[in-house]
Amino acid sequence: MTLQDAKQAVVDDFSLYDEWLDKYEYLIELGKSLEPFDETHKTEDRLIKGCQSRVWLDWKLVDGKLYFTADSDAIITKGIISLLIGVYSGRTPAEIAGDDFGFVREIGLHENLSPTRVGGLRSMIETLQRIARENA
Amino acid sequence: MKNMENIRAQFPQLQEKVYGKALVYLDNAATSLRPRSVVDCWQEMAFRYNANVHRAVHKTAVEATLRYEQARKAVAEHIGAASEKEIVFTSGDTAALNLVARCFGEAFVGAGDEILVAQSEHHSNLVPWQMLCAQKGAVLRCLPVDENGRLQTELLPQLLSARTKLLCVADVSNVLGLRNPVQEIVRTAHEKGCPVLVDGAQGIVHGSIDVQALDCDFYTFSGHKVYAAPGTGVLYAKRKWLEAMPPFMGGGEMIESVAWKGATYAAPPYKFEAGTPNIAGVPTLVPALEMAQTLGAGEIALQADAVRDFVLEALREIPGLRLFGVPSEKTEKVPIFSFTVEGAHHEDLALLLDKMGVAVRSGQMCAEPLMTRFGVTGMLRASFAPYNTMQEAEYFVASLKKAIDMLR
Repeated sequence: MTLQDAKQAVVDDFSLYDEWLDKYEYLIELGKSLEPFDETHKTEDRLIKGCQSRVWLDWKLVDGKLYFTADSDAIITKGIISLLIGVYSGRTPAEIAGDDFGFVREIGLHENLSPTRVGGLRSMIETLQRIARENA
Repeated sequence: MKNMENIRAQFPQLQEKVYGKALVYLDNAATSLRPRSVVDCWQEMAFRYNANVHRAVHKTAVEATLRYEQARKAVAEHIGAASEKEIVFTSGDTAALNLVARCFGEAFVGAGDEILVAQSEHHSNLVPWQMLCAQKGAVLRCLPVDENGRLQTELLPQLLSARTKLLCVADVSNVLGLRNPVQEIVRTAHEKGCPVLVDGAQGIVHGSIDVQALDCDFYTFSGHKVYAAPGTGVLYAKRKWLEAMPPFMGGGEMIESVAWKGATYAAPPYKFEAGTPNIAGVPTLVPALEMAQTLGAGEIALQADAVRDFVLEALREIPGLRLFGVPSEKTEKVPIFSFTVEGAHHEDLALLLDKMGVAVRSGQMCAEPLMTRFGVTGMLRASFAPYNTMQEAEYFVASLKKAIDMLR
C-alpha cells in the first residue's frame, strides 16, 4: 500500500463513525492491537517529550526503510501512536520526512483532543519527522 | 425538587450541551460555575460603576468603593471574622498564600526556623513555603497522611518544635476531599505556641466556617471556586498578624504618606492591597456568598449529602477502583472523589467521559507530592457542587462504568 493509500484508509475508517465516542473506541482497539513493546526499551531516551501520558517510541532501519514500535500507559494515546506508525512504518526516511502529516488534521483529531493532548500529538509527529530526517 | 430546579436555572451553564449531550459539570473543585446574580453584579460594576476605588470624590467612585467595601463586610460575616479590617483582598487563594509567605516570612521566619506543611496540600500551599524556606534558610517539615488520606495528627506533638513558626493545612484537601480535623490541629499547635494557616480553597464551598471559633491565625480562599468572579481572593488574618507583618508590594492605596525619602503605610487591610484591585470582581463576592449560603442550607444541602453518599457507595462497588481519601464516616467526606481504576488510565477515562458530556479532571491535580505518596502518576477526580443532581450523579457512575468497559 502506498503512503497515500494508507493515509486515505485511515481517513475512510474514521469517517465510518459519526460519534466521537465511537472514533475513540476505534482508537482504543488500535491501541490494544499494537504489538507488545520490549519492556527493557522503556527508557528515558525513547520517551516522547511533551506528552501528558508516557509514550515510548523505538525504531529500526531495515533495507532503507524505517520500522517503528511504540507503547503508552494510556490506551487512547497508544491508539494514536499506533495509528501514526501504522501509516509510516515500512516507509523510507525520505518519504516520511517529505510528508505533511495533513491527514491527521483531516480526521479531526486536533479538534477532539484536549490542548495538552494536541501538544502530545504534535510531539509524536515531530519525533517521527526528526527520526526520518536523521536517517535520510 | 422544585427548589433545585430554581437553583439550577440560576446557573446558565448547567443548561449547556457538549457534543450534543447535556453537560454534566463535575470539575467544581477546579472552579465553580457562576450564577446569574454574580454575572449581573460583575457586569453592573463594569458598565455602571467603573471607577477606581478609594480615591476620587466623584459619585461613581464613591459607589464603586462602597460596593467594594460591602464585599469586605460580607466576607467577614460569612467566615465569622471579628472585623472586616481582617479581610485582605487578593487575586486568589494562591496570591493570598504567597502574601502570607512573603510578609509573615519576612517578619517572623529566620534561618533554622521551621514551617510545617501537610502532605496533602496543593502546590499553592506548598511552593510558597518552599520558596520562603530556601530564601531564609528555614526547614520545611511535613505532616504526613496515612493510607486512607487522613492526616496523622497524632504525630503533631513531635513535629511541632519550638522552632515551628507556622503550620499550614487545608481544611479540605482538593484531592482527598476529607474534612481535616483543623479544630484539633489549631488547638494542638497553639498549645505549642505555633500559629496556624488554614487554606479554605475547598472547605469554603462545602460547609460553614467560623474563623473565630476555629481560632486559626490565617484563612485563605479563592472567589472563583465559590461562585464569584475569577481573580478574586481572600486572606483573613487575625488583626495582630496584619499589624505585625510588613507589606510586600508598594504603590497605590497602601500608603499613608509618601515623602521622597520614604513612606508610611496605611493601616491593615489596605497596606496589603497595593495597586488597583479587581474593582469589578470583588463586589461579586456578595451575591456569590449569598448563593453559597442558599446552597449550603435546607433541601439543597440534604440533596448534596445524598449525592455524596450515593457516589461514595457506587464507586466502592466498582472492581479495581481505588479511592483516595477514604472517610471513616460519610460526613467526613465532601463530594470530591479522586481515584484510579486498574486497567484504565485516568487520562483515557477523562477523555471518554468528556465525550459522554461529563467534565472531570485528570492528572496530578496540582498536588504532585501527594501523587508520589500514593505511588500513582495521576488520578481521576469528580468534584460535585450542591447544584449537581442525583440524576447527574447516576449518569456519571453509568458513564464511568461504560468507559471502564471500553478500556479494559
